[in-house]
Amino acid sequence: MSRYSTRLRVKRSYKWKSGPISTDRKLNIHFYESLIIQVEGKPAETIVTLGQYILIEGDDDDNPYVAQVLKLFSDEDGKVKKAKVQWYIRYCELPHNKRKLLGRSAHAQEVFYYNDSSCDSEVDAETILGTVEVKHIPGELPFPDNASKDTLFVKLSWDTKAFKSFDPDLMNPFQNAMTPPPKQMLQSPMQKSPTLTPPITPKARSTTPRVLPTPDPMVMKRASSAASQTPYNRGCMSTGRRSSREAESIHSASKLSASKLLSGKRRGRIASEPAIRKKLELSSPGKKMTREDVLGELLDDDLAQQLTTSPPRSLKLTIRLTPLSVKQPSSKDEEEEDDDISLQPLSQSPDKPTPTAVDEQDSTSLGVCPLEDSADEGVTVLPTPLRRRATPRRGSLRRQSRTPSQRKSSSDLLREPSLSVLAEEEHEDSPVQTAVTPRSRRKCAQLVSSRIRKQLGVGDCDAMSLDDEDGDDDAFVPSKIDLHSSSDEDVDAKVESDDELVIITRKSRKMTGSHTPQATEKMRPSTRTPRKTPSKKTAPTTPRTPKTPRHATPVIPSRNQPARTPGNVLEVARARLHVSSVPESLPCREQEFQDIYNFVESKVIDGTGGCMYISGVPGTGKTATVHEVIRSLQQAADLDEIPQFRFIEINGMKMTDPHQAYVQILQKLTNQKVTPDHAASLLEKRFSNPAPKKETTVLLVDELDLLWTRKQNVMYNLFDWPTRRHARLVVLTIANTMDLPERIMINRVASRLGLTRMSFQPYTFKQLQQIIASRLNRVRAFEEDSLQLVSRKVAALSGDARRCLDICRRATEICEFSANPKSGTGLVGMSHVMQALDEMFSSAYITAIRCASVQEQLFLRAVIAEFRRLGLEEATFQQVFVQHQALCRVEGLQPVSVSESQAVCQRLGACRLLLLEPSRLDLLLRVRLNVSQDDVLYALKAD
Amino acid sequence: MIFHKSAFVFLSCISFTFETQTSKANSAMSKRKSRESHMTVGQCVSQAQKVLRQRFCHQEISTPPVGLESQHKHLLELLRRTAVHGESNSVLIVGPRGSGKTMLLNYVLKELLQEKDVKSNIMLVRLNGLLQTDDRIALKEITRQLNLENVVGDKVFGSFAENLGFLLEALKKGDRSSSRPVIFVLDEFDLFAHHKNQTLLYNLLDVSQSAQAPVAVVGLTCRLDVLELLEKRVKSRFSHRQIHLLSSMGFSQYLEMVRSQLSVPLDFPDSKFSDEWNASVKKLCEDKSVEEVLRKHFNSSKDFRSLHLLLLLALGRVTVSNPVIRPVDLLEAGRWSSVDSKANILHGVSILELCLIIAMKHLNDIYEGEPFNFQMVHNEFKKFISRKSHTIHNFEKPVVIKAFEHLQQLELIRPVEASSAKIQKDYQLMKLMLDHTQVLEAVQRYPQCPTDVRQWATSAFA
Repeated sequence: MSRYSTRLRVKRSYKWKSGPISTDRKLNIHFYESLIIQVEGKPAETIVTLGQYILIEGDDDDNPYVAQVLKLFSDEDGKVKKAKVQWYIRYCELPHNKRKLLGRSAHAQEVFYYNDSSCDSEVDAETILGTVEVKHIPGELPFPDNASKDTLFVKLSWDTKAFKSFDPDLMNPFQNAMTPPPKQMLQSPMQKSPTLTPPITPKARSTTPRVLPTPDPMVMKRASSAASQTPYNRGCMSTGRRSSREAESIHSASKLSASKLLSGKRRGRIASEPAIRKKLELSSPGKKMTREDVLGELLDDDLAQQLTTSPPRSLKLTIRLTPLSVKQPSSKDEEEEDDDISLQPLSQSPDKPTPTAVDEQDSTSLGVCPLEDSADEGVTVLPTPLRRRATPRRGSLRRQSRTPSQRKSSSDLLREPSLSVLAEEEHEDSPVQTAVTPRSRRKCAQLVSSRIRKQLGVGDCDAMSLDDEDGDDDAFVPSKIDLHSSSDEDVDAKVESDDELVIITRKSRKMTGSHTPQATEKMRPSTRTPRKTPSKKTAPTTPRTPKTPRHATPVIPSRNQPARTPGNVLEVARARLHVSSVPESLPCREQEFQDIYNFVESKVIDGTGGCMYISGVPGTGKTATVHEVIRSLQQAADLDEIPQFRFIEINGMKMTDPHQAYVQILQKLTNQKVTPDHAASLLEKRFSNPAPKKETTVLLVDELDLLWTRKQNVMYNLFDWPTRRHARLVVLTIANTMDLPERIMINRVASRLGLTRMSFQPYTFKQLQQIIASRLNRVRAFEEDSLQLVSRKVAALSGDARRCLDICRRATEICEFSANPKSGTGLVGMSHVMQALDEMFSSAYITAIRCASVQEQLFLRAVIAEFRRLGLEEATFQQVFVQHQALCRVEGLQPVSVSESQAVCQRLGACRLLLLEPSRLDLLLRVRLNVSQDDVLYALKAD
Repeated sequence: MIFHKSAFVFLSCISFTFETQTSKANSAMSKRKSRESHMTVGQCVSQAQKVLRQRFCHQEISTPPVGLESQHKHLLELLRRTAVHGESNSVLIVGPRGSGKTMLLNYVLKELLQEKDVKSNIMLVRLNGLLQTDDRIALKEITRQLNLENVVGDKVFGSFAENLGFLLEALKKGDRSSSRPVIFVLDEFDLFAHHKNQTLLYNLLDVSQSAQAPVAVVGLTCRLDVLELLEKRVKSRFSHRQIHLLSSMGFSQYLEMVRSQLSVPLDFPDSKFSDEWNASVKKLCEDKSVEEVLRKHFNSSKDFRSLHLLLLLALGRVTVSNPVIRPVDLLEAGRWSSVDSKANILHGVSILELCLIIAMKHLNDIYEGEPFNFQMVHNEFKKFISRKSHTIHNFEKPVVIKAFEHLQQLELIRPVEASSAKIQKDYQLMKLMLDHTQVLEAVQRYPQCPTDVRQWATSAFA
């Protein structure tokens, strides 16, 4: 961390190394070959040449943007230096809902070739921080283990929709034009590891707009102009910078609403900058530190070192630890704040940038904003980490606008009003966000204090960074439940009251902006946490829904022997190919996913309601996609990107009567068990009356067609509720037929369902192939051709993914049992797949006829003979019997009796080779063939 | 096995003293008997009959079914995976009636339950489409067999909806690795497809396709077109595994199967008797006439059940005086089993009724199968009386009507339309439910049938 703080004060100057290599007269710009970056106070200089990879100052200090220089140029007067770059995107810059598309965890040093034409590739040259090395690694190779930390790796390209492999030649546009740039351009002796970590952005540096994928900038602009009532907002927008994540998520909302933008911004603003705070503390030598303090700082340092190795994770870690400084048992709270304030100018002063035009503009247009920042920083330390993690980019929107001059001018007096504005905004915006904080604080407090204790005992710094990672995962689940549980504890655990008080006061501080010193907090020894631990442990076990003995949940008894895990490759493949194994992501349904996601997300954010109808033949991933959407949204809600919502699912097939839908919905909402009529009225009441703290309900109605009743009141209600003003209900309906609303619904129901429809097309063979491949996930069990055969066959028949998976699964079985080690490679080959396809798709009629007994075959022949005689496709048993007897004589068999012949006839009827009337008709029973005559003759001839 | 045998001898010494009464001997007791112990012929015969009847009446086999090796392996592996790995599956066993579907399944289950790591691990639910005629009953039955919490004794509480919710909840709670796999056996699977909305099938198959409690759904059906019965979303959830039991066995295999089915097991108490019996069975199968009977039977149907029926009839004729199955027994059994049921009824009708049937047959010939009424039959009968008959008494009309009604009750004739209320009885149109061959055969066999009647029956036109 100390390295960063020195960097913070770095002042850079930029100049061209040599004269222009060429000039574009039309645009009146000069092109240059290389740029020299001179770091103030250091003799060394960094030279950036064309084709080199550079780091560009970004919102996220730890992960600056990565790009490749394509052109360097300036306008005629040479004042504004610009660079045209090819962007690379880091994993942590991807929007959350897209990350899983990668299908694996990203390497810490992995970047992606950013392939989006809508992204502005021109940057201000003065945002360049330095150089970095980027290496292309072919997709199948693993990442090198012992790579130096200053090298980034690129495997795939990202085009805002999907990861793709790409041509490595794209990375070398200058191969012919010029020699590859020198690997290390930094000659600075001061820097121990010159390109070790990307240098940290000077806080108040001006930046050229990096317009990230915003396909509809007009909409954004409009929305932002609508939103920019406060100076802050204007300031924010005037920079023109947007984090890619925000931009994308906004882009994703097809209906961009101003409110969303607003809320996004607010959230972003609330997020403050823990790193700064830390730096401030560290760089205050005069500050008296207790032992814990020192340890805490040491810890932070440790973590900072980790940070360099694993940027995406370590971000969390640092954040986790920040509260430590707050709840120090020392009486430093006030002091700390004082320190903060007094230190701010100190720490900021060195990195006072060379003012640029943009900068000037910023500082003038920014009104209250910086005040908020400083206030924010001083007060709301705890809530920030969480939010910052959720929207790291957003938080930094405001950062670049924070000029030191303003910071200096910000006084305590000014802080109050600005904060109240903030609090107000925050209040109306997202009450949940503030509520989540206690947990994270507690969790990390626990972690930290236990660590401190260990530290005190052992005095070993190194051990801590290790177990820090362990605790990381479970800490990563802030949710509503936790909030409840913590408030439960509040009630029943008196010991914790102090603790709670802290939270409450902190909240209140945040709300009011008052700087009351927290005496209670300071009195807390660090040993407070262990006392909390037991109750903490009980929290997860407390049932989410209170169980009454009446509603005892049934369980299938557990098995006595543990389930065996799959042993060989084929078994693994089979387990993965089972339809039930939930894939990490659903390939081939990105567009549908996005559409549904946007729909639900916008409704959740707006707090409105709506209906959507999803249709598609079975096995095309309708329900799975919706579940995926909900999972993503739930994640987003947990990260506080969107308000919390509630998901309920009913299935028309899983109820005995359409009216049971009410009962199930109510039971899932409130855990009440009532009669259908009562449930309907309760739900009616619930959805039509306003309630103060109502969260949006997302209702998935699967197999909608089964909710059809004669009066259609169930459907009517389901679609009518979302239109109520206070309902906040989003209804997603799924059925198989595309025209269901037109076919079975009466007008008033169909009208309420609306026209938001989506149809899932059957999978094409390519998609099916991709699905299998993604399921197998590099488990090599199939030959390539055999996969193609399966997917083509299924695509031609139904496009049902379940079928496809089932066939593959069967093929693995066949392969396993045919186990012919000599011939096979152990892989599932064509022959196995063919056999599986045969088993599943070929009809057994022909085999059944071939395997029938002699008399049965004769009877079939008699039936055909009789049909030919009559010229009809139907005959009575009596007529066929005559033919049967005749045939028996021809064949030299004993003539059969009527009873025997009837028995034969009934047997054939039971197999459905023949279609028969009920047998009480006796001789008059009419006989028809269920197979074509040709098939019968073919089967009998081959005999 | 060695231990088993020594225990055998030991037990037999003890039990020898009270081994006098064998009428109550069951299979458990028979094990106790020493091979060397002497049994009377009667005891041996009844014992052999008992063993064989057990084999014929219950679909139980001790050896893997012949000709179904691949199917057996497929099913066994499938169910074993469910039991051991917790993999959910669904499968249909399709085959004609009597082709050994249940037998195969029972054998596989028996095998599975003998395995150590499977035995305590699976739960079995058996349903039959003929018994559980709708989903409500089926759900209750499942809940009862699974012994879930709303079961007290054998009674299941709760409404249909509650039961469904309950069961689904239970299955949903489970997961692949921890909950005990449930094997659902649905006999007469096609009948479940006729339940309303196919709710039960949808839910069972849905569980089998999702990450819930592991289940294996095994359907048994004889309908080859069973998949077409399933609704499209139910069908999509079914794994489309079908095990077809279509045996293409030839006659020699069939003969071999008869032999093995009739042979008494090696652990039969009296070795002397069992040797004799098995030898006689072997000889029996080589007999020409027996082979003919069996071939006729084989031609008619290859299934196990009808064969068992035939053998059961033959077995019943074994007595102390003839302690082995003779060829004649099997011939007789073959005759019995192939006898025409209506011909048997015709043996018992009166001469007047027979005459009426002959008259009907002639009417059928004349009018080419068109329906007739009583008046027409009566006229025909009177013509016969007046012209040709010398022996048949001229019955009064009411008597003839009575005879006609009797025939109707025997369902040898049947009214064409069901609602016959308005039409006068005499003129109601009827159809004969007998084929010509049946009539002629009955006349030939009728005891002391007058010659003129016989002639009348065989004459082309009345």
